[in-house]
Amino acid sequence: MSLRTLDQVKASGELRTSSRLEKIFRMGHLAVTSECGPPRGSDPKAVTEKALLIKDHVDAINITDNQTSVTRMCSLASCIHLKQMGCEPVLQMVTRDRNRIALQSDILGAASFDINNMLCLTGDHQSFGDCKQGQNVHDLDSMQLIQTLRHMRDEGKFLGGDDIKRPPDLFVGAAANPFADPFEIRVPRLAKKVACGAEFIQTQCIYNLDKFEEWMRRVRERGLHEKVFIMAGMTPMKSAGMAKYMKNRVPGMDVPDEVIARLSGVAKDKQPQEGIDICVEAIQRLKEVEGVSGFHIMAIEWEEKVPEIVERGGLYPRPQV
Amino acid sequence: MIIAEKKPIGEIIQEVKGYKRLLILGCNECVTVCEAGGRKEVGTLASALRIYFMKEGVEKQIDERTLERQCDHEYLEEIRDIADQYDAILSLACGVGVQFTAEKYHTTPLIPGVNTCFLGANEQRGVWTERCQACGSCILARTGGICPISRCAKRVMNGPCGGSSKGKCEINKELDCAWQLIIDRLRDLGRLDDYEIVAPIKEWSTERSGGPRKVVRADVQVSA
Repeated sequence: MSLRTLDQVKASGELRTSSRLEKIFRMGHLAVTSECGPPRGSDPKAVTEKALLIKDHVDAINITDNQTSVTRMCSLASCIHLKQMGCEPVLQMVTRDRNRIALQSDILGAASFDINNMLCLTGDHQSFGDCKQGQNVHDLDSMQLIQTLRHMRDEGKFLGGDDIKRPPDLFVGAAANPFADPFEIRVPRLAKKVACGAEFIQTQCIYNLDKFEEWMRRVRERGLHEKVFIMAGMTPMKSAGMAKYMKNRVPGMDVPDEVIARLSGVAKDKQPQEGIDICVEAIQRLKEVEGVSGFHIMAIEWEEKVPEIVERGGLYPRPQV
Repeated sequence: MIIAEKKPIGEIIQEVKGYKRLLILGCNECVTVCEAGGRKEVGTLASALRIYFMKEGVEKQIDERTLERQCDHEYLEEIRDIADQYDAILSLACGVGVQFTAEKYHTTPLIPGVNTCFLGANEQRGVWTERCQACGSCILARTGGICPISRCAKRVMNGPCGGSSKGKCEINKELDCAWQLIIDRLRDLGRLDDYEIVAPIKEWSTERSGGPRKVVRADVQVSA
């Protein structure tokens, strides 16, 4: 896509929200996002300090929502802290822990702080985390949450039918995993999320570039790349051990043996740099893939490496919007 | 059918300790089929308890009886004349039977002897698996006859989630991913295109959340 100025985008009437991320997509830039995990406590510095490391190298920062079902400070509060320090948050919200009342309520809470992006997710099962004995909710699933958010924003109505005063101004995102089973429905599943109203997608982290390119080929075949902005997920490997763990123990993860071999082939203290090199090379290759609209760099507890990855990936400086 | 499992004997002993005259009441329906609370299990449990209390030097009267069902007034009436001879009834029926018996004999303490687990089917001898969550609003016509509410750990209506791996659920490698099953079946039925139909937000008020439920067939009710 050729680049447009912000004024051109505004004049086009295509903008649906106040989201900075949306503007960057529609201007034709490759967008860059990253993520921060909130602390297992109430100290906001744990979020703001991580954000300071990356804020000039990304367009928006995701805050995870009790990821892996481990209880942490909530995503909404963390997003508010980000907003207050001038960053653009992406609120991640899972359906595991909240019924439709709480989901709609939290959406309005986010909107009241002018948080402009939300990622609608199902959430890992609670048996993975620290409250295995708890209930899960799943009143809605992630597809229905996407529909709900669009409905609240575009129709200005609650699910129950009443009008919303000052409807939420949120750009709607969803996740996609090109590597989960069964592969044959992974593109139909993306089509479904688009049909439900997803406007941007962040994928699970990619190591099998061939398989990802095949998924993108099928995505393009259906014209989905023109209906939704797709961000390729990237996570740098810290070690061969991490690569093996992710290959064998994390569901829906595809780590080719070549990646493991490459990491194992260097001395242990050189493996982190090798992992970053692999990540940068992947970005450089995937930048050329038609339909890739950006990169979502997940470097959990390794946020200090995001600037290097963004710079060497040729994605710096970020557009000023 | 309702699937139940025997409670651990230690737990039962704790509950019945204080009662001198005990009736172990079995049920000839579901709990018989899943070998948890029928005549055979009543007999086994009675022997085990007698031996335990004998070793403890505690005198107890432990009797056995199995009714056709404990969820029907007419069968529960069969113990009307003997119920007050006991200090407690240890019922091996499912939770329904235990409660219905308690309602009928409300001055007799009722102790459950099984854990009622789920609505399920008999896969093979000795193995029962869950199939139905009694949501009250069946969608099986749309999911190839496989229920995502009872068989998906996250009851996603538009699955699979990102944790489905090699046809198995992220929480347990031995558990089939319900959505893999649904997709396979839709494919076999030549209806894989139906996969893209978005299942609407579920009406959960016919399920537990809406409160205790009731079904009435006015046409078969006997007028007073």
